[in-house]
Amino acid sequence: MLQRAFRRIPWGYTFRRLLIAIPTMLAIITMAFLMMRAAPGGPFDGERKLPPETERAIAAKFGLDKPLHEQYLNYVGGVIQGDFGPSYKTLGKSVNDLIADGLPVSLTIGALTMFISLILGTALGVFAGLRQNSATDYGVMGIAMVGISVPSFVIGPILILVFAIGTGLFAVGGLGTYPNIGMNWYNMTLPIATLSLAQVAIISRLMRASIIETMHANHIRTARAKGLSEWQVITRHALPSAMLPLVSYAGPAMARVMTGSVVIEKLFGLPGLGSYFVNGALNRDYTLVMGAIIVYAGLIILLNLVADILYAMLDPKVKYD
Amino acid sequence: MASLDPILDPTGRVEAVTQAIQGGRSLWDDARMRLLRNKAAVFSMILFGIIVLIAAFGPMVWVHDYRTISDLRTIPPTWEGMHPLGTDLQGRDLLARLLIGLRISLLVGVVATIVSLVIGVTWGAVAGYLGGRIDNFMMRIVDVLYALPFIFFVILLLTVFERNIVLIFAAIGAIEWLTMSRIVRGQTLSIKGKEFIEAARAAGVSQTGIIVRHILPNVIGPVAVYVTLTIPVVILAESFLSFLGLGVNEPLTSLGVLIADGANMMDDKPWMLIAPAVTMSVTLLCLNFIGDGLRDALDPKER
Repeated sequence: MLQRAFRRIPWGYTFRRLLIAIPTMLAIITMAFLMMRAAPGGPFDGERKLPPETERAIAAKFGLDKPLHEQYLNYVGGVIQGDFGPSYKTLGKSVNDLIADGLPVSLTIGALTMFISLILGTALGVFAGLRQNSATDYGVMGIAMVGISVPSFVIGPILILVFAIGTGLFAVGGLGTYPNIGMNWYNMTLPIATLSLAQVAIISRLMRASIIETMHANHIRTARAKGLSEWQVITRHALPSAMLPLVSYAGPAMARVMTGSVVIEKLFGLPGLGSYFVNGALNRDYTLVMGAIIVYAGLIILLNLVADILYAMLDPKVKYD
Repeated sequence: MASLDPILDPTGRVEAVTQAIQGGRSLWDDARMRLLRNKAAVFSMILFGIIVLIAAFGPMVWVHDYRTISDLRTIPPTWEGMHPLGTDLQGRDLLARLLIGLRISLLVGVVATIVSLVIGVTWGAVAGYLGGRIDNFMMRIVDVLYALPFIFFVILLLTVFERNIVLIFAAIGAIEWLTMSRIVRGQTLSIKGKEFIEAARAAGVSQTGIIVRHILPNVIGPVAVYVTLTIPVVILAESFLSFLGLGVNEPLTSLGVLIADGANMMDDKPWMLIAPAVTMSVTLLCLNFIGDGLRDALDPKER
């Protein structure tokens, strides 16, 4: 089964998608670069006016005195070699350092959220779907609807209020006003719970619809007809095909979780890429913001590609090109 | 769908005859009936109607103005001096601010959705109708845009340029049109081969005329569903920005701004968080139930 799936990796398609990714990334870099340069007010406009010679010295240090196209080429050249340049605001640190600090935090939160949500969401969705239109079904779907409708920045504070302030079980990150509390498993529980709620809700709705559709499919009738128990029908025949839509959902969802984690990181004071991004944008730390956008875009493109390839490997009916 | 039991009327003939006598039921009649039978959707529509009325007229009716600053800072809910939701850090009445915030959030939701609707429908209908290379090219652009972390560009846009509400409308609308264009394109592709389009072409109707008069009216169903589901997404996006401190400017406010302010004060003044959070959740819940109900009504395959 696994071997057969590996033989189905669509190499040509993968290659073409990677080729398309190059101009996409270039477009993103260009867009970010131009937007930054079009911005009124520079990164070094402080409270007080700097003397002109100091300003010139700073500009020269960061290469801002060169003509625009030269700056652009320098930047793109650097990014291609994996160098995002120095941070404008965090002195002595390069953007690479900051990304290396923040990305693992965001990736861990994102990956754990997806892992937990996929398991819980699938279980709940199948549970409800197999009892279609029963009270249980309506109950689970009603709760899922609440999960979709209540935004994460409402759930987050409520969880903090109940579990951190109320019971003292968890440390309070402090809503972005306190210094970062650092990353450990203990501090990541509430952020992951917050992000997971919405994902569990979406996945369970998706899974419910999918299992209902699958249970009406012909191969399920065949499996029943040959005398398999209902449990075997579900686990061996219904689940594998019902879970296929999840594969194509997971790529974009991971991207959405990473985006959503911008708020969560701020809310819980976690030192992830998202909080670097927001602080960078507010401080006009242009190189940091551009670096973060490029990394996010690259991740999203990659995750979507992996999801599409997985889909092709798992579903024999899918043919790209 | 059928009003008669399918066991009593297995071929549907009685149903067909009944319909013929009654003058027939259109697709829309059927959809309306199914929608009205969905209790959650009907209840949500009524509740949402009330919410819209409150947002439209509440700020005019309520005794306090959302801008009036007073010395009564962060007082808990009290009827003394008519502050049923308390006051904020500047001593402004929170109910007045909640009403105006609700209005702004709904306004952002509707306007940004219209922006996305116009771009998405035009893009999708043109691509689907013209087909071939142009279609391929236009949809490839959509594919590429799908991969972009757009919300980051919006954040960038709002930090880099001076924030104003029009920019927020446009920016959020401009990131939500992609799915809309895909839906419309798919519908257009399936419609454009039909005979009535051919008839229109034979009668000499221009391409623009065909798209506007014959294709667009036939894609309304799925588009309506998607629009109802886009409004909550847009409201969420605006609050997301507001929560990061990038929303509408003071003294105007939105639900997201109020929630962010409340979250900052919640350890000892939870009422500042609860009212906007509940309002926002109920509004989104209504919209999602309406959207779900519409979808099930117009596309009743799994119920």
